[in-house]
Amino acid sequence: MKELVLEYLKVFVVGGLICVIGQILLDKTKLTSARILVLFVVAGCFLGAIGIYEKLADFAGAGATVPLPGFGYNLYKGVCAEIDQNGFLGVFTGGIKAAAAGVAAAIIFGFLASLLFNAKEK
Amino acid sequence: MNKHLGGQSIKFAEPVSIVSAASVVGSKEGEGPLSRYFDVILSDILAGKKSWEKAESEILRQSLELAVKKADTELDKIDYIITGDLLNQNTGSTYGAMDLQRPMFAVFGACSTIGEALSLGAVFVDGGFAHTVLAGASSHFCAAEKQFRFPLELGTQRPPSSTWTVTGAGSFVLSKDGEAPFITGVTTGKIVDMGVKDQNNMGAAMAPAAADVIAAHFRDFKRTPGYYDCIITGDLGTVGKELLIKLLDAEGFDISKNHTDCGIEIFNPEIQDTHAGGSGCACSAVTFAGYFYSKLKKREINRVLFVPTGALLSPVSFMQGENIPSIAHAVVAENKR
Repeated sequence: MKELVLEYLKVFVVGGLICVIGQILLDKTKLTSARILVLFVVAGCFLGAIGIYEKLADFAGAGATVPLPGFGYNLYKGVCAEIDQNGFLGVFTGGIKAAAAGVAAAIIFGFLASLLFNAKEK
Repeated sequence: MNKHLGGQSIKFAEPVSIVSAASVVGSKEGEGPLSRYFDVILSDILAGKKSWEKAESEILRQSLELAVKKADTELDKIDYIITGDLLNQNTGSTYGAMDLQRPMFAVFGACSTIGEALSLGAVFVDGGFAHTVLAGASSHFCAAEKQFRFPLELGTQRPPSSTWTVTGAGSFVLSKDGEAPFITGVTTGKIVDMGVKDQNNMGAAMAPAAADVIAAHFRDFKRTPGYYDCIITGDLGTVGKELLIKLLDAEGFDISKNHTDCGIEIFNPEIQDTHAGGSGCACSAVTFAGYFYSKLKKREINRVLFVPTGALLSPVSFMQGENIPSIAHAVVAENKR
């Protein structure tokens, strides 16, 4: 039980800290939200390549893999695995394959939400 | 008789009466501090329509028709309609004024549009080219966010320096015959580019344009800031107001005592979470049509310099990294001819 609580705490803190970085960038810089998102994906990819993100994902689980840098890390991992299997062609196919579930889910749930709800003034 | 004055101004020979003013606003504006001055407060941000763009046109149509009604005149007595908005190719005005079936000019001056429309309308009337002109401007928060920032569906957070586009439309009937207040002169702004690129800090981009036209106005008319009860800028917000006062002070004009800004007046930022203030074509249009026009009518104020301010960007120019040039147009409204 104690281990489970600790696990949840790690996930929450790491995931939260990644979001805090995003909030600070939004409030203190002139970066638009779209640019911050791209920055996070690229950062996840880069941190994956130099071996840092893997350690973070091992430590914090979904706290590191669910936020956007996790998506970048996933792209990187997919490319590596595909290169091992298919060689150079993996550079082109690996990322998309690894991200397929996430991308398709975003499109399908986005579509369903747009059928069910209308946007409102904030 | 030469009515052109100085470098950028016109002094009208026959002052043009602002016969009526009408304001239609959304619910957020209706919850703001100027609530009781607006003619119509809509409870539905869609105004009963299917899209925000259609809603904006509907709001403009309502305000145009209301201004005509309040002026106690008929649509077929309107010689020209001059309106503008923020949507691509002025479609807000196109669909909004279409059913009125009167000769029409659509103009674009971003958030300074109502200043441009009033200036041109007054020139038409004073020049004898029209007896009665209907001038208006509209904007819609949701449509403007979609066009210039991000679609609302994305749920993006708004940065602290951003302004809140006013949902609404303000319209005025200008006529050769009629009572005070009168438009007695105008000073037309030049495009000013100070190299600002930040779309979320338009106050800083527009303040130099406002300072430029106000200083030109004082020089052309040989007036000082004390001549006016109020100098009213459009949507500089808190950041832009400070900068404007500083810039004019450097030119030797102290407007700190009688300056006010529609973007600051229209919302209560603490309660309404509107950040730096209101903006959009409707911001200055409805604040002038609702609040300042009624103060002029009641003679609580008698001389105002109305200076709507506009940031002249397009979504394309912004994404290509161009600067945001700005413009402001000054309109003098007085109770004496």
